[in-house]
Amino acid sequence: MNRNLLSIDDLSRDDIERILHRARSFAEVSGREIKKVPTLRGRTVINLFYEASTRTSSSFELAAKRLSADLVNIKSAGSSVDKGESLKDTVQTLSAYDPAAIVIRSPHAGAANLVARWTTASVINAGDGKHEHPTQALLDLYTLFRRRGSLDGMKVWIVGDVLHSRVARSNILAFTRMGCEVTLCGPPTLMPREIEALDCEVRYTLDGLEQADVVYALRMQHERMTGSYVPSLREYAAQYQIDSRRLSPHQLLMHPGPVNRGVELSSEVIDSPQALIVEQVESGVVVRMAVLYELLAGGPGRAAAGAPSHAGAETEPQPA
Amino acid sequence: MGDLLVRDGELAEIGESGALAAPDGAEVVDAEGLHALPAFVDPHVHLRTPGREDEEDIDSGTRAAAAGGFCAILAMPNTDPVVDTASVLNSLRRRAREEARVPLGFTAAITRGQAGEQLTEMAELASEGAAGFTDDGLPVRSAGVLRQALQYQKLAGRTIALHEEDPALSGAGVMHEGAASAQLGLAGIPSVSESTMVARDAALAEYEQARIHIQHVSARQTVEVIERAKAAGVQISAEATPHHLTLTDQAVMGLDSNFKMNPPLRSEDDREALIEALRSGTLDCIATDHAPHAREEKEQPFETAPMGVIGLETAFAALHTELVLPGIIGLELLAERMTAGGEPFGIPAPVLSVGAPANIVLVDLEAQWEVGEAGYESRSTNSCFAGRSFTGRVRMTVAGGSVAYRERSFAIGAV
Repeated sequence: MNRNLLSIDDLSRDDIERILHRARSFAEVSGREIKKVPTLRGRTVINLFYEASTRTSSSFELAAKRLSADLVNIKSAGSSVDKGESLKDTVQTLSAYDPAAIVIRSPHAGAANLVARWTTASVINAGDGKHEHPTQALLDLYTLFRRRGSLDGMKVWIVGDVLHSRVARSNILAFTRMGCEVTLCGPPTLMPREIEALDCEVRYTLDGLEQADVVYALRMQHERMTGSYVPSLREYAAQYQIDSRRLSPHQLLMHPGPVNRGVELSSEVIDSPQALIVEQVESGVVVRMAVLYELLAGGPGRAAAGAPSHAGAETEPQPA
Repeated sequence: MGDLLVRDGELAEIGESGALAAPDGAEVVDAEGLHALPAFVDPHVHLRTPGREDEEDIDSGTRAAAAGGFCAILAMPNTDPVVDTASVLNSLRRRAREEARVPLGFTAAITRGQAGEQLTEMAELASEGAAGFTDDGLPVRSAGVLRQALQYQKLAGRTIALHEEDPALSGAGVMHEGAASAQLGLAGIPSVSESTMVARDAALAEYEQARIHIQHVSARQTVEVIERAKAAGVQISAEATPHHLTLTDQAVMGLDSNFKMNPPLRSEDDREALIEALRSGTLDCIATDHAPHAREEKEQPFETAPMGVIGLETAFAALHTELVLPGIIGLELLAERMTAGGEPFGIPAPVLSVGAPANIVLVDLEAQWEVGEAGYESRSTNSCFAGRSFTGRVRMTVAGGSVAYRERSFAIGAV
């Protein structure tokens, strides 16, 4: 595996499977009274968040803590970023603390790639603009893998605002890499031109949704609803909302959160047993533990860059 | 290779190799193994002066031009302040007389402050020496304002050069709209943003019997519009850049901001259309759109980094390597298109003939070099070809009879 996780494209199918299995072993740890393992003791993880985030930042924080890493959280508000410090200067300053990993969330595509160029720490992309959100895709795969075992041949429909969704982009790559058939469905104004190049089918109506094994609804952001992308919220919901009428009993329902109840999903499907939305959140911590583990301690003969290796780093996770 | 004798700024004699005797006091340049071509003219350069002399100034920009084999260049007026009054123009022309290494012309803005609303004093600017008019960097949004500028051309003369895009279609785009932008999640600038504006402006130029020049053509659709306009007799000329002729949006996949420019690098199909148009003459000339940017401004995420790349020092080498060596176009055609850049603005193309001004470039067609290995003459380093290995190098540039550039490794002997 690479030193960094910038894109799902960095991962082979084997890499992904290794992360999913690792996450499962951490799930056992999470079920115990004391949820900590000593794997990253003495090593530093920096969470650098230039954009508001609840799920991603808190689950990275918990993941690092459960691996016993020292954690520094930096949010753009209140930091020197606010005072106009450039990304490069911030990263070089933080690198002086010799972190093992920098987790970055940025409103701009490619920010994580730039950070990787400026530091020797492992860099994890926690969302860069509308580009990618690879750990979200991994936790989605993990959630499905827990429920269904093999993902091969599964039909996944991703429904909604694909144009502005980094989750969609990472998930298209991740699902297709695991052998799923991906169909994108949404308003033509919110569908990127030539997205078919990513090996997926594009549709503009929900006709045929019954073929899907998994319906993955995207968040419809408020600013898009008031713009000219769709004429009205009402029309969007009428065309694309997943409700109990459209969702068949054999289908699983996923959503990256936070959900707009009554917009992309109706309340009754959110609360139905077909919905994996809560499980997705639960998966966030163990999958991010697995990613940190694989990048910093896993793999054959990897002494992680810039940090002394110590007992426990190369062994299977053990409860502390 | 033969002998060339330059006297009083002119090509005085041309002879077979060894046929000419050097007069007393003449400098003899041994160009064994080199090719002599007429020197190049670039109608589209940003010298960042006044306002951003940290990025480029008249001295460094014209040095970069000479190093690229250019004997004359035209500077764009989107400086700070904008070149929209005779006083700004005159102060630049004065400085150019002192600092420029090659003849340097200045274009002036079409509209005051390039705001797209009110025409500049075009007649006065023309009589004070503006080489042409352009709001480059921005389109003239209003068809009504452009129409007035085209009407006013009857009084002011001078060609109007146009940066073409429809802001409503470009939106917040940062790269070509296509498979690459879909994959990267970056907002795209569709090809039709350019071609629809060119269609509008060609129709206006035809209606007003005016002369326009289309800057940095990037899309197949635009080529088709220009082709039709030319066939209909519209006075329209067009340029293309070395980067649009040699690179595509695939180069953006690594999100390196040195591949961010406006118009953006487009698809392979667009690139092929540009090459075909260069061959057929639908595209009249090569222009670099040399656009220096400070390092810290380019060292930003792709979306926030400024648009533009430098290009004077690499234009010939890039096109020679990518188009001539693989046999896509001939060296003669390349030289023709690289010398024709002034013609839309009434500046004749340099030629190697007796009695013509001595504008000569000596090139080594076999020399291999890595872009940036020895730095740049430009003050900025934002080259989209940085680190690339090219074949073909300018060894010496003569502009108006004087040596404007001599490559360090190139030995000379004076008699």
